[in-house]
Amino acid sequence: MATKILEKKILIPGKTSKMTLDAPDIAAKAKPGHFVMLRMDEAGERIPLTIADANPQKGQITIVYLVLGKSTALLEQLNEGDSIHDVCGPLGKPTNIEKKGTVICVGGGTGIAAMHHIAKGHSRAGNHVVGIIGARSRDLLLFEEELKSFADELFICTDDGSYGRKGLVTDLLCERLEKDKSVAEVVAVGPVPMMAAVAKTTLPFNVATTVSLNPIMVDGIGMCGACRVSVGGKTKFACVDGPEFDGHQVDFAELRRRLGAFREQEQLSFAKFQEGHANGN
Amino acid sequence: METKKSAKTVAPRVPMPCQPPHVRAHNFDEVALGYTGEMAMQEASRCLQCKKPRCVTGCPVEVPIRDFIAQVAQGNLAEAYKIISSTNSLPAVCGRVCPQENQCEGKCILLAKGQPIAIGRLERFVADSHNSSKINAPRAEMPACDISPQARKVACIGSGPSSLTCAGVCAAAGLKVDVYEALHEAGGVLIYGIPAFRLPKNVVGVEINGLRHLGVEFRLNHVGGRTVDVRELLENYDAVFIGVGAGLPVFLNVPGENLVGVFSANEYLTRVNLGRAYDFPEQDTPAFPGKNVTVFGAGNVAMDAARTALRMGAESVHIVYRRTRDEMPARKEEIEHAEEEGVKFAMLAAPVRFNGNDEMRLESVTLQKMQLGEPDASGRRRPVPVEGEVYELPTDLAIVALGTRANPILLDATPDLTKNKWGYIEADPDTGETSIPNVFAGGDIVTGAATVILAMGAGRKAGQEIVRRLKP
Repeated sequence: MATKILEKKILIPGKTSKMTLDAPDIAAKAKPGHFVMLRMDEAGERIPLTIADANPQKGQITIVYLVLGKSTALLEQLNEGDSIHDVCGPLGKPTNIEKKGTVICVGGGTGIAAMHHIAKGHSRAGNHVVGIIGARSRDLLLFEEELKSFADELFICTDDGSYGRKGLVTDLLCERLEKDKSVAEVVAVGPVPMMAAVAKTTLPFNVATTVSLNPIMVDGIGMCGACRVSVGGKTKFACVDGPEFDGHQVDFAELRRRLGAFREQEQLSFAKFQEGHANGN
Repeated sequence: METKKSAKTVAPRVPMPCQPPHVRAHNFDEVALGYTGEMAMQEASRCLQCKKPRCVTGCPVEVPIRDFIAQVAQGNLAEAYKIISSTNSLPAVCGRVCPQENQCEGKCILLAKGQPIAIGRLERFVADSHNSSKINAPRAEMPACDISPQARKVACIGSGPSSLTCAGVCAAAGLKVDVYEALHEAGGVLIYGIPAFRLPKNVVGVEINGLRHLGVEFRLNHVGGRTVDVRELLENYDAVFIGVGAGLPVFLNVPGENLVGVFSANEYLTRVNLGRAYDFPEQDTPAFPGKNVTVFGAGNVAMDAARTALRMGAESVHIVYRRTRDEMPARKEEIEHAEEEGVKFAMLAAPVRFNGNDEMRLESVTLQKMQLGEPDASGRRRPVPVEGEVYELPTDLAIVALGTRANPILLDATPDLTKNKWGYIEADPDTGETSIPNVFAGGDIVTGAATVILAMGAGRKAGQEIVRRLKP
């Protein structure tokens, strides 16, 4: 039942890795925008991760994660040849992809990997894909090569100016929107403040803006409502109604608060895990 | 009336031994401890052995109740088990969670005297005795996986009560059955929903292992409508049974419902049961800690959530309900157990809004006082607000247990399945067949949220029809 890790590539040591998983059933159905639920071991918690790439011919999917707590730390401990206890998917609604012209795909941090799959979908549909990616510094920037391989244009920025433009993705986005009136859609995947900022940037330009949300999930199949988000004043379940929504309608402040619902327990769990490691367990 | 015995005074029902309330309110061990052999024989000997037993007419899976009880009275437990399992594939579960008072026991001739035969307790006793003997000595008479390679194949989607029953009926008839389950553990609501203090997880595990023994294979982490879809399954299987349960939790639709601290009962119970949050941080899934807990709704799920919150360390737990205690839909026993354990009842109250602090964490709920007015369509008196009577109840954990609506995942992926006006799957009441030939459905995805035993009844009906069609 367990899912084998075929390849692991460390992107940021101790923080972020890319894994290729042997998951033919999931790969056969995975579309851009889909996610999987993972559980690392018998005592593990179910966590959602967006599918960063899928290869149905080879029966493989790619995931990229940022070590944030115990579950992702457990994942980071696994290596090529190891197995993840449970991987379930593909879940969520796929990205709505149709030929529409120029699509700007904005990615921040680990979100660049998830955005990559969506951007690839738009590229395959014949859209003119403009990638805008950002990170705090050069060594934290992911998926540049992967995006370059198909994106029509790619713009890079870093907070400290160590690579590409010094500044935020929204600066680059705003400049582009000011001079390019043909943009059909903006897609943003990344930390909540970044997605909120992108939605705020695009609003005056009246450009359709899609964000991929990452709320807490338990089952990922619509049973619990942990992932509820307010969109246009209505409650939606990110796992079955999303995870992609109209960025202009999402209540990001609520999303941020809800993401912190279990912060105390998460910190306790992670601290206990790290302590166990310090003691050589 | 039917026998001379009934004219005599009938001995009272043998009470079920239970953990004392003050003890059990702090642990997840089973509340009801089960009859001893002596108690079971004593209770079984109260049965009048009616010529035309009414009890069986109240049972959705038609267990030959009178006959198994006769065997228990004589101490023939193996025979009793054989009789029960001829129609019921999950007796240890049913003996614990069926609403017997509305079913078999509700039809018992002795009810007139206020003390029907404790059929559920006897069923549980027989099943537990069988299962414990099985654990000690693995069965030799039935070799595992004796399914012929030519066997016709059945796929069941979901692994709750309806699917497990359908799988059991088909596998017992020699069909090859694969069960596709979305979660990482099989059992559906028996695992994620019903708490261990009512239904210990090893009881479910034993029943599932019994099915494995019959050659049933469980494919976990397979979501019907996502990982596998119905049309595809039909290419590889001769019949498909859909038993995916109800699903999406209903919320109250009042302001403040997305504050941190407001949860669906499904989420709260799934964290504690499936995620084993009672053992956090040994287990990684946490449950939200609540000191002053409010539970909205008054069905069995509401009772389960309230009693779970107590066990998770709550200082006070209130069940908030728009009507009165008489209208509460939960089983009487669950209500009594909850009350004994210290759950309080805030009756005739309806939530107006949830109030939070500036970090959007729940602090209180504003309640509207209600009174009972004229009867509504369901025959129950409709609760109406008492003008101006609004009050606040402090709460840091609110659990909404108002039921569920149809889960869209499989339905959206299978557009040619005809749905009824409530959005559930339309299925033939006699066979369970849907609008797609050889695709059957049963349980909550057909009826909306109902009971374990009704789901099992539907699974059994469909299973029997599948067997009829596929057996040479």
